[in-house]
Amino acid sequence: MQAPDEPAAQGGADLTARRVREARRRRLTVQGLRLLVAVVWLGSWELTTRLGWVDKFFFAQPSEIVLKLWTWINNGTELGPLWVQVLTTMEETVGGFVVGSILGIIVGVALGRIAILADVLGPYVKAFNAIPRVVLGALFAISLGLDIKSKVATAAILVFFVVFFNAFQGAREVDRNLMANARILGANNRRLTTEIVIPSAMSWIIASLHTSFGLALVGAVVGELFGATAGVGELIYSAEQNFDANGVFAGMVLLAAIALVAEALITALENRLVRWRPQVNTETRI
Amino acid sequence: MPSAIELRGVTKRFLTPSGGVYTALQDLNLAVAPGEFCAVVGPTGCGKSTTLALISGLEPASEGEVEVFSKAVRGIASGIGYVFQSDAVFPWKTVLENVAAGPRYHGTSPRDARAGAREWIARVGLAGFEDRYPYQLSGGMRKRVALAQSLINGPQILLMDEPFSALDVQTRSLMENELLGLWSSTSASVVFVTHDLEEAISMSDRVFVITAAPGTVKSNYKVDLPRPRNVAEIRFQPRFTEIYQEIWNDLRDEVLVSYERQKRSGAA
Repeated sequence: MQAPDEPAAQGGADLTARRVREARRRRLTVQGLRLLVAVVWLGSWELTTRLGWVDKFFFAQPSEIVLKLWTWINNGTELGPLWVQVLTTMEETVGGFVVGSILGIIVGVALGRIAILADVLGPYVKAFNAIPRVVLGALFAISLGLDIKSKVATAAILVFFVVFFNAFQGAREVDRNLMANARILGANNRRLTTEIVIPSAMSWIIASLHTSFGLALVGAVVGELFGATAGVGELIYSAEQNFDANGVFAGMVLLAAIALVAEALITALENRLVRWRPQVNTETRI
Repeated sequence: MPSAIELRGVTKRFLTPSGGVYTALQDLNLAVAPGEFCAVVGPTGCGKSTTLALISGLEPASEGEVEVFSKAVRGIASGIGYVFQSDAVFPWKTVLENVAAGPRYHGTSPRDARAGAREWIARVGLAGFEDRYPYQLSGGMRKRVALAQSLINGPQILLMDEPFSALDVQTRSLMENELLGLWSSTSASVVFVTHDLEEAISMSDRVFVITAAPGTVKSNYKVDLPRPRNVAEIRFQPRFTEIYQEIWNDLRDEVLVSYERQKRSGAA
């Protein structure tokens, strides 16, 4: 709304300029407040541990966490160079994510399309989903060994169910009109699946990919905790063995960094895959 | 001459979610000649769309015979085009890919399919919009895509289920004229379902009036207005008014029956 005392003749350009200024001011405010939250949070943590109100042996200290990371970057970790640990965890995560997603989509779409299969396997899927699947990591560590395979398997099994349920739901809720139209136009069963069911299930599947990448990371790290020779999870584990709280926190910082990078990659993938959807304005994305 | 479409003694029943049986169509008889443009009018919920589903083979009849070009309909036959009431163009395909879908499904090479699609896109007046996605188009433009998508397969039978009911009045009469223009260059028989009697008369050669559910053909009227027609202007001709009154007398009773029923089930 234009203020009543503003001359109407200047109208449009004026209003636009004001909107731009307002938007910029808001952005600066948000960024400033974000910085303030970080300063207050880390500052009070640093201060209370320095003053001895909180024991830094148990709760670490921001400056020492930074120092720890700095040492890792420059001198390597007790397990070897830092980048090897990060890369190992990345490999396990991405591997588990890819394997779990692909299997989830295939099985989900198959069960969504073939009613008899869904009816027969439904109870088993539910039962399997109900057990806390991270414990399977222990089993995989025994059966697949301590190398990357057992971590990929743990990550994949966590990812699988999330993607599976979304793909299944998506495949079942395809618009009946679209199916009828495709059939009338001459699509056979295979075409219906590849050209109608999978694209329309895709928005469900994509929505699940954000969650499932996080789970893949959980799977990889838990897998490393069950026994590994490299990786950020193993780094955290060995820090814990040495009662090194700073090392545990430094490992968590690394995991957060990995997750943020992955989140950006998945958002890019999402925009690529669902170009056909109207762009939603998500300025305040969290 | 044998009929293009013939329904003899057709009954269609559905199971309701509560376990009962709903009879949508009862002993329906209907014949459409080759190249004829037929409209089917009737009150809401009288089984008009069901009739189209039976002809297309999307649904089997519970009883009676459904024949297309003297062959019994078993499953989805080729040579049929279907324009749906709601949007049924594929939202994840561009205009070009949408129109090219039919030929692609029939095994045409991608290049030929695209060439054919470009031609049809131009014919429905969408040249320049080939790379848009449906969400970027207006309702009328999406209907044009749907028309091109159906007509590119060269159907001998074109089924249309209230195709223009969601459009505003101006766009609607524009689209009606365009459909008549496109149809006149084909030899297709058309079954055009609508609840709008004016639309039915101005477009078709013959109007079938369906009774309130369970639907059956109450009467059919030949529309002897000359072609080519302009649907926006034909409504002012005295002959149009005569036909309209004649059919409306018939249709009114059915609409009232259906309305009374809705009121009662709404009150219950």
